[in-house]
Amino acid sequence: MAKHETPLLDQLESGPWPSFVSDMKQQAEVRAKNEDNIDFQIPVDVVEDLLGVLELSFKHGRTHWKHGGIVGVFGYGGGVIGRYCDQPEEFPGVAHFHTMRINQPGGKFYTAEYLRKLCDLWDFRGSGITNMHGSTGDIIFLGTTTPQLEEIFYEMTHNLEQDLGGSGSNLRTPSDCIGAARCEFACYDTQDLCYHLTQEYQDELHRPAFPYKFKFKFDGCPNCCVASIARADMSFIGTWKDDIRVDQEAVAAYIGGEIAPNGGAHSGRDWGPFDIQKEIIDLCPTDCMWMEDNKLMIDNKECNRCMHCINAMPRALRIGKETGLSILVGAKAPILDGAQMGSMLVPFVKAEDPYDEIKEVIENIWDWWMEEGKNRERLGELMKRQGFQKLLQATGLEPDPRMVQEPRSNPYIFWNEDEVEGGWTRDINEFRKHHQR
Amino acid sequence: MAFVSSGYNPDKPMENRISDIGPKKYDQFYPPVVAKNKGTWLYHEYIQPGVYFHVAESGDKVYTVRAGGARLMSTTHIREICEIAEKHCDGYLRFTTRNNVEFLVDSEDKVRPLVEDLESRKFAGGSFKFPVGGTGAGITNIVHTQGWIHCHTPATDASGPVKATMDVLFDDFKDHRLPAHLRVSLACCLNMCGAVHCSDIAILGYHRKPPLLDHEYLDKMCEIPLAIAACPTAAIKPSKVEFQGQKVNSVAVKEERCMFCGNCYTMCPSMPLADTEGDGIVIMAGGKVSNRISAPKFSKVVVAFIPNEAPRWPQTTETIKKMVEVYAQDANKYERLGEWAERIGWERFFEKCELPFTHHLIDDFRDPAYFTWRQTTQFKF
Repeated sequence: MAKHETPLLDQLESGPWPSFVSDMKQQAEVRAKNEDNIDFQIPVDVVEDLLGVLELSFKHGRTHWKHGGIVGVFGYGGGVIGRYCDQPEEFPGVAHFHTMRINQPGGKFYTAEYLRKLCDLWDFRGSGITNMHGSTGDIIFLGTTTPQLEEIFYEMTHNLEQDLGGSGSNLRTPSDCIGAARCEFACYDTQDLCYHLTQEYQDELHRPAFPYKFKFKFDGCPNCCVASIARADMSFIGTWKDDIRVDQEAVAAYIGGEIAPNGGAHSGRDWGPFDIQKEIIDLCPTDCMWMEDNKLMIDNKECNRCMHCINAMPRALRIGKETGLSILVGAKAPILDGAQMGSMLVPFVKAEDPYDEIKEVIENIWDWWMEEGKNRERLGELMKRQGFQKLLQATGLEPDPRMVQEPRSNPYIFWNEDEVEGGWTRDINEFRKHHQR
Repeated sequence: MAFVSSGYNPDKPMENRISDIGPKKYDQFYPPVVAKNKGTWLYHEYIQPGVYFHVAESGDKVYTVRAGGARLMSTTHIREICEIAEKHCDGYLRFTTRNNVEFLVDSEDKVRPLVEDLESRKFAGGSFKFPVGGTGAGITNIVHTQGWIHCHTPATDASGPVKATMDVLFDDFKDHRLPAHLRVSLACCLNMCGAVHCSDIAILGYHRKPPLLDHEYLDKMCEIPLAIAACPTAAIKPSKVEFQGQKVNSVAVKEERCMFCGNCYTMCPSMPLADTEGDGIVIMAGGKVSNRISAPKFSKVVVAFIPNEAPRWPQTTETIKKMVEVYAQDANKYERLGEWAERIGWERFFEKCELPFTHHLIDDFRDPAYFTWRQTTQFKF
């Protein structure tokens, strides 16, 4: 018999999509039965009370979590999101219900053995409820009490060699696309760069030293499967500099209907036979492709590497061999000044261990933002407030037309005094010698 | 429930403390076929929705089966995922950036038993535990947030509306019939954790009432200047308030300047604003993050308000279903929802989707708003 009636949540058990309600109920039952004789370190009925408080929210249309919550582990300034129920008498099982962020492995690859160890720890010392995964990438342990935080951290670091992720005004947990591990479009090893920089900047991740949060994300190509361009203050997107590799025989096979376009991504509908003119050449954003003697030609100098032709004919077209990445900066959600996507800063840089060139850009940006950024000002907002030019000064990069969508249309142009002959110190009396009042 | 120590000594908290070790290294968890062929993949193909393979230079193939996940999941469910991985995939698995689960096998004969096993597993209530799909020109998982499960600032729930929406869109999770892939996301407040600002269709929790002011506690609980600086429209100013015969420091909110973003509550616990009738959902559309053909786009607000209707949010899901169907019928092959809306014109988008156009949809936030009005005679009747 469930502890709380949940008539509203019960309605989310039907329908085909995996029901979180059914899953939570099964977890509540598993804890109640406790067949493995676990000495639960937080209330056995935590999941039942979670369902209870959620049902109450469904009824009220309002959240029942108190504002904020400041908890953590010694040595770190983040990693745990404290949370307390605003009806602790009715739902004592979730009076404390803190979230721990656990730094996920690259590409979110796991072994069953490792996940089981995490589950064993979390069943024992937490609610047994998780998010796989948080939007930033972490494994989320959802719900435990304050006294358990150090215990969990101790077991994680000593027995699992596993650290917490980030929270607060610091470097948050970096994340990556699947990259070269299982994708032919990957222009660099996203997992290696992600891991390398996560380790390099552990101090910045665990101890908030920034004006506000800062995120890295690593996309292997401009398809942006980890959405770095929208969801990271610094976005690392793979690209190449030389020619797209064309296999003309495979092109002919596409034209001949032997290979389905786009890997068969449109197989659910009859779009007619593949038409290379209509589906590839006419859709190319720079109009740099054409057919000549039954061969697909690409004027690579005019290609902007949007990936469309490669996405549509993966067996015939491959990324170039001279690969690297672009760095875009400033993406953020709307608060305060409005949403931003990443803006192009470094059009091309090689991505090779030990990644010194990339680290130099990162650290120059941090030096500038940590000094100049206002309280709770994201990098994107500092760029808007002080100007892209200041970002160039901070990073020592030369202005490049690739950095703008278009030149400015207003003429409100700043000049530095040293750029102007004679400087700005002038004598009005000198001026008056030639111009009477 | 007796306390069991891990070995941590609260009297000497810094003794034996391990820190700054970071995540596990990625390559500890690669399936052998991935470890062997990393960086040498040649191409990929879909066998059916949810099932695809990659071919490497060595001739090796890796077959991937993608299954939907609720994101919010129990250790019991994760253990079942582990059991499946051990039964079919030598114990290897991964999660995607949209919170689906992927099972990887190294030969084609392992695919069918895996798919059948996944599809045969159901929760007690009847829903699929591991529906196979989420690839190609279809609809995959909904990137979403905490909602009423864990967050203190939401204007709607996350897990509930996502389940309701995925039930309605389920056929497209298992199909490749759309002109292009269609990404749906949800954020329960306009902090927009996740991908709401850059998705084909987005569900956003929104308030419509200014904050309540808990004058008795405000100065004790909040750093007043931070609450003032938190307001994008400068609706908040410091103020002295008479409370039970005493002058206390507090704030005043100019209500006609407040657009209910809730950022002051984020900074100041004495300014709550959640409200049963006031809160609800904004629908946005037309965003994308990929650079394919067109540049990445922000999603635009297309429905200013739909009430919260727990537990299944029927108006929200009907509105989304309608947009998906019109887009599916009208857009060209490879055309994302935002590209389609821009090609036909937003006036036509509203007409075709039968969405009312109200004043709420016209941008009025600072200088950039001007660039969203129409400085041309080009429009369609």
